[in-house]
Amino acid sequence: MQVQSYFSSLDNLDGELATLNLGPTHPATHGIFQNVLKMDGEKIVSAEPTIGYIHRAFEKLAERRPYNQITPITDRLNYCSSPINNMGWHMTVEKLINCEIPKRAQYMRVIIMELSRIADHLVCNAVIGVDTGALTGFTYMFQERERIYEMFEEVCGARLTTNIGRIGGMERDFTPAFHAKLRDFLQGFPARFEEFNSMLERNRIFMDRCIGAGPISAERAMEYGFTGANLRAAGVDYDIRVMNPYSSYEDFDFIVPVGTQGDTYDRFMVRQEEIRQSLRIIHQAYDNLPEGPYHADVPAFYLPEKPDVYTKMEALIYHFKVVMQETPIPVGEVYHCVEGGNGELGFYLVSDGGRTPYRLHFRRPCFIYYQAYPEMIRGALLSDAILTMSSMNVIAGELDA
Amino acid sequence: MSAPTISKAEVLEGYMGEGYQLTTVEKVLGMARANSIWPLPFATSCCGIEFMATMGANYDLARFGMERLSFSPRQADLLMVMGTISKKMGPILKQVYTQMAEPKWVLSVGACACSGGIFDTYSVLQGIDKVIPVDVYVPGCPPRPEQIIDGVLKIQELVKHETMRRRYSPEYQHLLDKYQIGG
Amino acid sequence: MYELILERIEQKMPGAMISHETALDGIINIHTTREQVWNLLQLLRDDEQLGFHFLTSLCGIHYPDNAGQELGIVYHLHNWIKNIRIRVKFFFPVADANVPTVTDLWATANWMERQEYDFFGIIFTGHPDLRRILNVDDLDAFPMRKEYKLEDGTRTDKDDRYFGRDGHYGQSFETRLID
Repeated sequence: MQVQSYFSSLDNLDGELATLNLGPTHPATHGIFQNVLKMDGEKIVSAEPTIGYIHRAFEKLAERRPYNQITPITDRLNYCSSPINNMGWHMTVEKLINCEIPKRAQYMRVIIMELSRIADHLVCNAVIGVDTGALTGFTYMFQERERIYEMFEEVCGARLTTNIGRIGGMERDFTPAFHAKLRDFLQGFPARFEEFNSMLERNRIFMDRCIGAGPISAERAMEYGFTGANLRAAGVDYDIRVMNPYSSYEDFDFIVPVGTQGDTYDRFMVRQEEIRQSLRIIHQAYDNLPEGPYHADVPAFYLPEKPDVYTKMEALIYHFKVVMQETPIPVGEVYHCVEGGNGELGFYLVSDGGRTPYRLHFRRPCFIYYQAYPEMIRGALLSDAILTMSSMNVIAGELDA
Repeated sequence: MSAPTISKAEVLEGYMGEGYQLTTVEKVLGMARANSIWPLPFATSCCGIEFMATMGANYDLARFGMERLSFSPRQADLLMVMGTISKKMGPILKQVYTQMAEPKWVLSVGACACSGGIFDTYSVLQGIDKVIPVDVYVPGCPPRPEQIIDGVLKIQELVKHETMRRRYSPEYQHLLDKYQIGG
Repeated sequence: MYELILERIEQKMPGAMISHETALDGIINIHTTREQVWNLLQLLRDDEQLGFHFLTSLCGIHYPDNAGQELGIVYHLHNWIKNIRIRVKFFFPVADANVPTVTDLWATANWMERQEYDFFGIIFTGHPDLRRILNVDDLDAFPMRKEYKLEDGTRTDKDDRYFGRDGHYGQSFETRLID
């Protein structure tokens, strides 16, 4: 089975080809990855990426941490939208232990996940603006991110790497301050977002820079394992929230935006529309937030209330068992995926009944679609290559894990 | 309504007169350097996003003179290492540090840069002070923007009170030799 | 849903499927052998009734206690049109860790296989560019194998005794200690 190497035919190009080392520390590569480019003047002939500069051995680390201590590790995968990673991990464990989550907790999770999706797409789009020279949109949208951070702080105490939620639900109900902040956000964000949109969407300079930069066809994207906004920009409407709905996403009505050419402008516009759709989902979830408990009744995994621990015997024993990891875990394997900020974030968990997973494999979308980057920029100018990289939203934490 | 109290920045110590001030060169240099540091943001992971929030409009690091970020080490004074440094990245960090011109300072932001953080693994450098000398450590995972600003203010204190001879002293040379960085 | 798929595989490639079971998440695991896995994956991808055109992920796994079948590879495939997922697994000995590559079936397998080579030392014959991807290039061990320690043994600032670790690694499940 001879595998065709796409770059072997270019080795015979003679003439003067310059070698340019882009990275690993470079202001425009948002993250740490290196690309050695062979350039013919300003056009790129071939690129060879090197990654692994922030390899933190998550998969090995997960084999040595109990299930509730793996959540902070998943935080650091796509750290722009940590709650989605956390919830995905909790849902994986809940699938393993076959735990049913109450509706209120599911709707709360949806609100938090959509807020973090908005935050992730805001960073990506603001940074596409920065790379084309438009710094103002970045400062505007980071103010919105601050508002979302404050809401996360109300729920879990942290801004960025949230460790939000617990196995079995959420750790506390939404506080009145959270409700007030969310209402303020839902009221004020659309106008400010449209202001940001109006600066870039029909801006002649932005459109000239982005249209045609780094295109990829839908077939090639699927062969390369693209998922998420990058694939939707190429024209395929694959969204895990629709395909394999989790956490009550089937209750909500939203559209999945797609592009046509798969270039930078399409990726930008798809993410903009996804922000609007996320707002729609949050409205629906918040308006119909059902009453009920905010966590399931799984005392083997969910810590009991502190007053009960001091007064009741079973609560004390469960508390001890959860903290000292004496809970029996079923043997088996599960694969669960969620729609992360960048695509299908999958968790393949193999459990042998021990305190820690036997094998935990993260299907990281950034890692999988970044391998298409050399093909996407072949023949493009250097500035287009920079734009393509920032529009693909490659987060180094998810790339290297 | 009483008049608002306005606090002014302190003037340098020295002898003041009409249109002139007599002070030491060190104090003037210290003040000038401290209030116009050109940082090099060496952002690798999550702390980098908190740094972007610190540079944003809400926390605004530019108030302290750090308006101009330099991504070229040749033009930078302060190396802000934010995020996990893996063993693969260590030599590159050292190279960037060596390319900076004296005087230079290093701010280590985040638990991963200070000590490896939660990643006690085979591939992560357990603290950047294994490869380069560090001046100020900012703990946190990630530290809040207020903490990063606190670290920056401590760097400013160090810069303001640094003697002119420090970089030529044998102790400093000994420090560089410990890290095998050429003088 | 899965019965038709299993019947079709048995009809088109009899004997390729050694065994199958349903996992806790409802996805069927198909066990096969190293010699037949490439043909089986091609059948799963190209057959019009099966149509598993998308390779979601592939990962390696190490069972040091299964003599002769220590290393394994798990493929997750997905058919978007019928929305069916399937897992294909096969095992092979660590002493002879050569397996066929699937980069000619799916371009996405390129870096996935490099990652599994980096972690487990699995050699993918026919891979266009098999070298380490995430770890440093001169690392001489394969870190995800069970006998490799998580922490860096040469670090001087942390004392293992205070972390409850006194060097018990690579043991079987019964005597495995936490951390």
